[in-house]
Amino acid sequence: MKRYVAAAGSALLVALLAGCAGAGSGGPQQNNDPVTPEAPTCGTDPVVLNAYFETGFDLPFRLSEEFTRQFPNVTWNIKQDQFQNLINATPRLLSGNNPPDLIRLPTMVSLVQDGLLKNLDGYAEGFGWDKWPAAQLSQNRVADDGTRGSGSLYAMGLNYSLTGVFYNKELAARVGMTEPPATVAEFDAVLERAKAQGILPIMVWNASASGGGLAFPLQHLMAAYGPTQPINDWIFQKPGATIDTPTNRQAAEHLQRWIEAGYFPPDANAIQYTDANARFRNGEGLFIFNGDWENASYDEGMPGNVGFFLFPPLKEGDPVAAMSSPLTFGIAAKAANAGCAAFFLNWVATNEQARQINVTVGGSNPGGPADLAIPPVAAGSVTNETLAAGALVAESNGAMDFIANATGAIFAQGWTPELQKMVGGEQDGAGLLAAVQAEYERELEQGS
Amino acid sequence: MVTADIGVGSVAAGRPLDTVPSPDQTSTTRRTQLRRGPLRRGARRTALVGWLFVTPALLMYAVFVLQPLGLTIQYSLYRWNGVGPATWVGLSNYVTVLRDPDLLGTIINSFQLVLFFSVIPVSLGLVTASVIHRVASGRFGTVTRTVLFLPQVIPLVAAGIIWGWLLSLPGLINQALTAVGLGGVTRAWLGDFDTALPAVGLIGIWVLLGFCTVLLLAGMTKIDPALYESARIDGAGWWREFVSITLPSLRYEIGVCLTVTIVAALAAFDIVYVSTGGGPGNSTAVPGIQIYILAFLERQVGLASALAVLLMILVLVIILPIQRLSREERR
Repeated sequence: MKRYVAAAGSALLVALLAGCAGAGSGGPQQNNDPVTPEAPTCGTDPVVLNAYFETGFDLPFRLSEEFTRQFPNVTWNIKQDQFQNLINATPRLLSGNNPPDLIRLPTMVSLVQDGLLKNLDGYAEGFGWDKWPAAQLSQNRVADDGTRGSGSLYAMGLNYSLTGVFYNKELAARVGMTEPPATVAEFDAVLERAKAQGILPIMVWNASASGGGLAFPLQHLMAAYGPTQPINDWIFQKPGATIDTPTNRQAAEHLQRWIEAGYFPPDANAIQYTDANARFRNGEGLFIFNGDWENASYDEGMPGNVGFFLFPPLKEGDPVAAMSSPLTFGIAAKAANAGCAAFFLNWVATNEQARQINVTVGGSNPGGPADLAIPPVAAGSVTNETLAAGALVAESNGAMDFIANATGAIFAQGWTPELQKMVGGEQDGAGLLAAVQAEYERELEQGS
Repeated sequence: MVTADIGVGSVAAGRPLDTVPSPDQTSTTRRTQLRRGPLRRGARRTALVGWLFVTPALLMYAVFVLQPLGLTIQYSLYRWNGVGPATWVGLSNYVTVLRDPDLLGTIINSFQLVLFFSVIPVSLGLVTASVIHRVASGRFGTVTRTVLFLPQVIPLVAAGIIWGWLLSLPGLINQALTAVGLGGVTRAWLGDFDTALPAVGLIGIWVLLGFCTVLLLAGMTKIDPALYESARIDGAGWWREFVSITLPSLRYEIGVCLTVTIVAALAAFDIVYVSTGGGPGNSTAVPGIQIYILAFLERQVGLASALAVLLMILVLVIILPIQRLSREERR
């Protein structure tokens, strides 16, 4: 209760201070042209940025502290919430009386369609974001027809995550894995050897509260069996897109063989995300499919004993792929300090200090202009391996969004229950994809 | 004038007006003539005072129960994402919800939960309460009552998380089973298709048993001991006492227990959401979870409201007969 009173008080403060922000922006109003290039600053007058961050992720908090150190006139009013709660609350926060200047966005299409998010095209042109590697911004673009991947820009990434396979070096040595597998067949062989030696091949989480973590190995298998473009089309809701393709079916059947071979823990359906990571750090499981946001926790929990590789292709030397998505932040359409917030987003990607914090704390690629070098990382950190892998994925143009993000409820209503059924022996590869596709079409139809 | 004063006084004393002795009981016509005027005024004042007392509660009830209820019914007739413009769709949300093949499954699940949340806690509560009542009315009884009631004090979310740990594969329950040589039956109780629902039910029993026990125990202390005494003189045993005296005297309390626990089962959300989230598969999915997913993940406020209204009707259809039964039998 106190928190809300405090929030209301600071809301008033923000309202009083509104108007000071973005004073240096402006420029002549151009009629009939919605895009006005703008590169505002935070000025010199006091500004309070009103922000919503995700609980449990240090990076935005550390960046905000550094930002205030460099620009002392800017202070922060930060509220935080669990990701799941943010999903529920975002529409109301954005449409409320005190809309945030900066907010961690779980999804965006519906928010854009309701006119709740600020169109960032003007800032993109003003700050030159549109000259950065296009792949960075494409996931944050929403077209007029509601498909993602192209159109106007509505959010920016604080950094760009990457997924793949983390491995326990000690266990890898025990099963004779001297270098990362180069093909899916080699990966299979390692799994088989581990199982034969009584080592759990793959740790995974698959409980409903965390969502079906088996979607990670499944999507990596999909990208090994087939091209990534149809997968992205499906996630971005391109008309006629389907997840139930012949190569995806092969991938789902491959996953089913892993499950039947006992390569995952028998209690997978009851394992939460945090438990899976804790058990992996404690030496249970040779592999875990996860993303570079866990780098710091693995480095700390199993120092020097954790490695990373990209999931291999079917044939050696074929293009590699990975899930990669921006740590998305948006600006409310009615934000009081939109200009200052945009300046912050630009600063995160281009300031040397900010990029260093980004890599050290966040563990992911800070993005930004192509000619900026990635800041140095402590020797022996697994972040070195994930950053190097990220370059390979960019080279192969193999970045995908997550299949869990295709629609608001596709994870909770589609992937998670169907993958759990597969673990319980009640679903097969073909059935899994058909069921998820049906759920996808139901949601799109009801949501349209 | 006199009667009017007596009337007001009787309200203050909490006695109904009918019992006020009339100063003139010989002539019926005279009495009605005399009483009609003043009493009517008195009744009006009484009603006014009554309404005055009830107003704060009614206001709360209207703002926090009736208004949301009305809004939910209104939302259920629209297609709305919670933010944008809403479109009138009539009853089509209800048609969509009723056609959903998963809906029947969730309702069946919640009826299975009635067994665990209601039938078992109430029967077990009767046994526990009568044992405490008979043999442990002293300090031991107080301690037992407190321990059994504790789950009511612990937030359900915390309870759900703790039970999640206890029931996990490396958890305490499986360790205990292994220790007594039952290693063969160990499993991830909340992650297994066959055991997830009973495991959630077990958490429900733990939560609701104390509530039922304490309520029934309070009812038992109210029963006149002379009844038991005379039954014993007539040679009745423990079982006969229980069936012929305890059970009939507790009808009202049992009715309350059944009502509260059946509502808890049919409208279950927190325990299920925290412990299994409806999984694995849809084996523990209940209407409450579906409403949440529809409203907040799919942002289909209209569909979610329609399902909520249907759930309310379902609960009423089951609860109202129980209410009536317990009230009638009390007379």
